[in-house]
Amino acid sequence: MRKVNTNNMSDTPTTSPSPSKRRGLPFALRFEPRLKEPPKWYPALISLLAVVIALIIGGLVIAYAGGNPFRSYAHIARASFGNIGVISDTIVKATPIILTSLACSIAFRMKLWNIGAEGQFIMGAFGAGAVALALLPANTPSWLFIPAMMLAGMLAGAFWGFIPGLLKARLNVNEIITTLMMNYIAIAWINFWIFAVWSEGGFQMTYKFPDNAWLPRLLDFAEQVPIFRGLTSHLGLLIGILAAAVVWFIVDRSRWGYEIRLIGDNPRAAEYAGINISRNIILVMMVSGALAGLGGMSEAAGVVHRLQTSPLAAGYGFTGIIVAWLAKLNPWGVVLVSILFGALILAGREIQPSGIPKLIQGIILVSLIASDFLLRYRVRIIRKDLSTLTPAVEEA
Amino acid sequence: MDLIIVLQAGVATGTVLLFATLGEIFAERSGVLNLGVEGMMLVGAMSAFSVAIATGNPWLGLLVAMLAAGLFSQIHAFISITLQADQVVSGLALTFLGIGISLVLGEGLSKAGAVSLLPSFTIPILTRIPILGPIFFTNQNVLVYIGYIFTPAAWYYINKTRPGMHLRAVGEYPAAADALGINVYFLRYFYVMVGGAMAGLAGATISLAISPGWFSELTTAGQGWIAIGLVIFAQWDPVRGAFGAYAFGALRRLILDIQGPATLLGLANPFFYNPYWGFFLQMVPYAFTIIVLVIGSREAMRKRIGAPAALGVPYIRGERGL
Repeated sequence: MRKVNTNNMSDTPTTSPSPSKRRGLPFALRFEPRLKEPPKWYPALISLLAVVIALIIGGLVIAYAGGNPFRSYAHIARASFGNIGVISDTIVKATPIILTSLACSIAFRMKLWNIGAEGQFIMGAFGAGAVALALLPANTPSWLFIPAMMLAGMLAGAFWGFIPGLLKARLNVNEIITTLMMNYIAIAWINFWIFAVWSEGGFQMTYKFPDNAWLPRLLDFAEQVPIFRGLTSHLGLLIGILAAAVVWFIVDRSRWGYEIRLIGDNPRAAEYAGINISRNIILVMMVSGALAGLGGMSEAAGVVHRLQTSPLAAGYGFTGIIVAWLAKLNPWGVVLVSILFGALILAGREIQPSGIPKLIQGIILVSLIASDFLLRYRVRIIRKDLSTLTPAVEEA
Repeated sequence: MDLIIVLQAGVATGTVLLFATLGEIFAERSGVLNLGVEGMMLVGAMSAFSVAIATGNPWLGLLVAMLAAGLFSQIHAFISITLQADQVVSGLALTFLGIGISLVLGEGLSKAGAVSLLPSFTIPILTRIPILGPIFFTNQNVLVYIGYIFTPAAWYYINKTRPGMHLRAVGEYPAAADALGINVYFLRYFYVMVGGAMAGLAGATISLAISPGWFSELTTAGQGWIAIGLVIFAQWDPVRGAFGAYAFGALRRLILDIQGPATLLGLANPFFYNPYWGFFLQMVPYAFTIIVLVIGSREAMRKRIGAPAALGVPYIRGERGL
């Protein structure tokens, strides 16, 4: 779609102004569509630039709100990577984000806008909770408990993705709205179980999972390896990295992944090639839901150790959307960016006003999307020669 | 539980959805899908409430809310119209940004105390109409009455006036509109701004009239997303949109009120005796949104009507579009 002539941006305010309007300036910016792929490092550089600009804007906002931006950012860095203890905490925060953003990235590859990772995450936690609190006896050994919870979490998440997938595939119902509505329904659903069925003495939380249902943490091995004392990183990280490998293999190396990418890039071509789009919509929504559900299970069994709404429904599903986009939907990029966002969330808790981390996330996403423009167009600085009106062109 | 009172309150609640839905209809009719409604509503609700507290003038708050949300929407306009980015992602980003901004700037507002609100009043003669009078014209907020005027006005503007025709042309076939000398880019920016201002008005309707105050993200509680769903249900028609908005408002009220009385229609009220069933009631508006979408999509498939043809597609002059 993006080809053709160079003057197609002429109505936009920043581009190729007519000489009469901007007589004062000897230079003008002109945007021309890229005809060939930019070099490989270029998208990464642009993303980095976008994040830097976002952090500068965020700093201005912090300053406006009465804070000191340098101190805030230094605080974020120190409180998230300053010593091995906080690095471990950062990884704990990153773990659920890795899984939710993998969930988003596989769906987004197909241009399937699964905004429901939050709800699928909560359902995954519910599935794990159902196994830990009700379905299996408390003395079940860990080797059985943990796979059972993983399975239940993935099934619950996949089911939560299946409903919007089915509606999209069969009735062409907009998946953005349905997945979002499913988020709210999931919160009401888990609240019912927390308050009415498994409540601990009427409090807003269930009683604790049995010890065997806790995911192993580094501190469990402190007797053998003293340096692990107090470190709460848990098995979920390994699950997340394994999931990243699986997603990478599916999307980038398998035949099915080729179908997913083709549907995302050119649905009409995919249809002509005989690919069953409806089936893929349902399947990808289920895989996406299962990944998010796995994240919910890992958070419930690895960190919270019970079902409780506020630490579980903390927006990991939404952060996953931003992370997936920042990582350009690349599974390994997702792991890396998740750790940075884990740091932002961990350290951001102490920054006032409390909305700052969310605001910075929003600014990062906006500037990333805006920067995509530079991948499709290249900027040229044109020296205007007013006497002849034939611009001499220089590469920017 | 008096049904008339529930419906009366439902019309008031539905007014929030009405403004947001009408605004989104304008934006989408021009070909720009804006998923940032939730964020724009929060920006509107926050700025309306804080200005009303600072100045003591709720009308000024209303005005600033519309301006703030309208300007805020231009971020999406710039990214999706000029930079031609994907409108879905850009709209999502706008929502995240709106939540962030309103949380930061709204810090401490929830403890700010009382504020003078927009007035409510009864329309003298119309209030005596049986059934409809008490529901629509008795002791309603001034914004509710404004909503009654906006709906037919929006319908008339879109379907019967020349600027409305230009609006539809830009959303259906921008290349043809461009050839006729209509400024596609300007009109799209303009109607995204209209959509933003209306979302801001919806936000101000919450914080200054319907459920006054600032409760951070819970102020809107997903109503912006419900509005986007309603636009699809309404098939981009303001009158159907109004119908859906009021029906939803009534539903939301009914859910709140149904848990109150001990007996319902002469029988024991199950929701009174099992308070935890309330969680299932909370699901109803969201489940209903999904059902409404299914109905809308089926109908659209059967009648072969649908979204504005250029919805979600950036217009690039000189390129063979559509």
